[in-house]
Amino acid sequence: MVIPDFVLNAPLAMQVTPADWPGGYWWHWLFFTIIIIAFVLIMVMGVIYIERRGMGRMQSRLGPNRTGPFGLLQPVADAIKVLLKENIVPATADKVVHWLAPIIAFSPVLMIFAVIPFQNGALLADLNIGILYIIAVSSVATVGVFMAGWGSSNKYSLLGAMRNVAAIVSYEIPLALTIVGVIIFSGSLSMNQIVVAQDIPYILVQPLGFLLFFIAASAEINRSPFDLMEADSELTAGFHTEYSGMKFAMFYLVEYAEAIAMSAIITTLFLSGWRGPFLPPWLWFLIKTLVVFFVMVWTRTTLPRVRIDQLMALAWKFLFPLALVNLFITAIEVIFWPDISQWIFVGVNIVIAALLVILWSKLFKIGWGRLEV
Amino acid sequence: MKFENYGIGIIKGMAVTISHLFRHPTVSQFPEQRLNISRRSRGNELVWSREKCTGCATCAKACPQGAIEIVTSTNLKENKYEVEKYKVDTGYCIQCGLCVEACPYDALFMGYSYERAKYRRNDLIQADDELLESPERPVSGYFHPEIAEKLPKQTLLVEKVTEKRKQE
Repeated sequence: MVIPDFVLNAPLAMQVTPADWPGGYWWHWLFFTIIIIAFVLIMVMGVIYIERRGMGRMQSRLGPNRTGPFGLLQPVADAIKVLLKENIVPATADKVVHWLAPIIAFSPVLMIFAVIPFQNGALLADLNIGILYIIAVSSVATVGVFMAGWGSSNKYSLLGAMRNVAAIVSYEIPLALTIVGVIIFSGSLSMNQIVVAQDIPYILVQPLGFLLFFIAASAEINRSPFDLMEADSELTAGFHTEYSGMKFAMFYLVEYAEAIAMSAIITTLFLSGWRGPFLPPWLWFLIKTLVVFFVMVWTRTTLPRVRIDQLMALAWKFLFPLALVNLFITAIEVIFWPDISQWIFVGVNIVIAALLVILWSKLFKIGWGRLEV
Repeated sequence: MKFENYGIGIIKGMAVTISHLFRHPTVSQFPEQRLNISRRSRGNELVWSREKCTGCATCAKACPQGAIEIVTSTNLKENKYEVEKYKVDTGYCIQCGLCVEACPYDALFMGYSYERAKYRRNDLIQADDELLESPERPVSGYFHPEIAEKLPKQTLLVEKVTEKRKQE
């Protein structure tokens, strides 16, 4: 087997231990695996608390405030409750698929964090195809969701899972296209290199790309207003209707871990990741991730759920063409003016983004305006 | 050409939700903070007055549920009815207040108290002295405006919140 050059010459990520230690890369692997698992589990508890309190306050409520100081122990109490609950498998369910689904849905989310830099070079594996790896791995979670829907042998589960697959297949395309815009500017697929290349946060250089990516990411991880695959008012709970106990906890974990993963990806791609003045880099990364997550909570409280046809229309009539146009403009800018300051592109691209969104608002109507909405 | 679908509605909505985040929430924490309930509230238990009751059993006839049971005997010496047993099964009571309205001698009142759940069904049946008025079983102003006047005014959550916001 011939090992390609780019694998051999790939810059090895920051080693936790000196290279001459016994075990070599495995120490690095062990250290970051533990960090990632701890990070995901603790952050999930944290963001559940932030979401419930934030949503409560936005709806003129208080949110959980009984368990522990300020209700901080509420996620812990919920976790213990859900772990102690009985695990029920429907009699007609496909048992193996039903069992495997939560695991298959959960593992890709953890795998995403392998390439997310917590600070310069502090990541499990500095893949030179990092962002491509993320697109590939994050799609696998859909298989788990569909297995859950199919294995439960429940009409609501299956409907929810079908909607999920349809949505993710549609939203992967604008997601990938907007990422290409970022890659063209940074000149690298490695997540760490993308952050290093961001002297100006790409949210300014790629405002339209950020908007499209944020919408597509929200749809990809089933967050409101695109949560119609688990719409509780129509499908009871969507694909995890028939799940209880530990397996339900896994799906709950996946939902929030995916939200954190998407926040971390948005932070890395558009908000210059761990870079920032004064504070240590990992803290900057954490703060930015939480801010992005807070915006997701904010949109969730504000916007009503869309219908499945509106979801598809948004993906194919709004996000997809605009992502193509964005990619085209980005490519032209990089090819024709590679050397001028990126600050010029900031102004130009913000104007272009505003113009395109306003223009598309005329076109983006159901039946091109012939139908009453 | 009118441009109105470019997301201005979303921005307006998000401005509303974020302004709620920095506002005082419109809630009170129940077991610690209690609001005054309506002065004419039809509470969970009936309050009966042994002195005023003549044993005419109008209340028992008015009750659509048949929850009131009254047994009387004749007192020939004073020429009146003597109430031997006055029993209300509050489990059947639907808080309609018809018995209170029917009573010709103002001997029956709706209760002002709430949180009157019991662990056993038998505890719901109350008789005689259990039904009398006491500090734990205050009388509601329902159908009795003169009682309602003396009760504290109902706190509306809206008033409470606007008061709090004025202070801030």
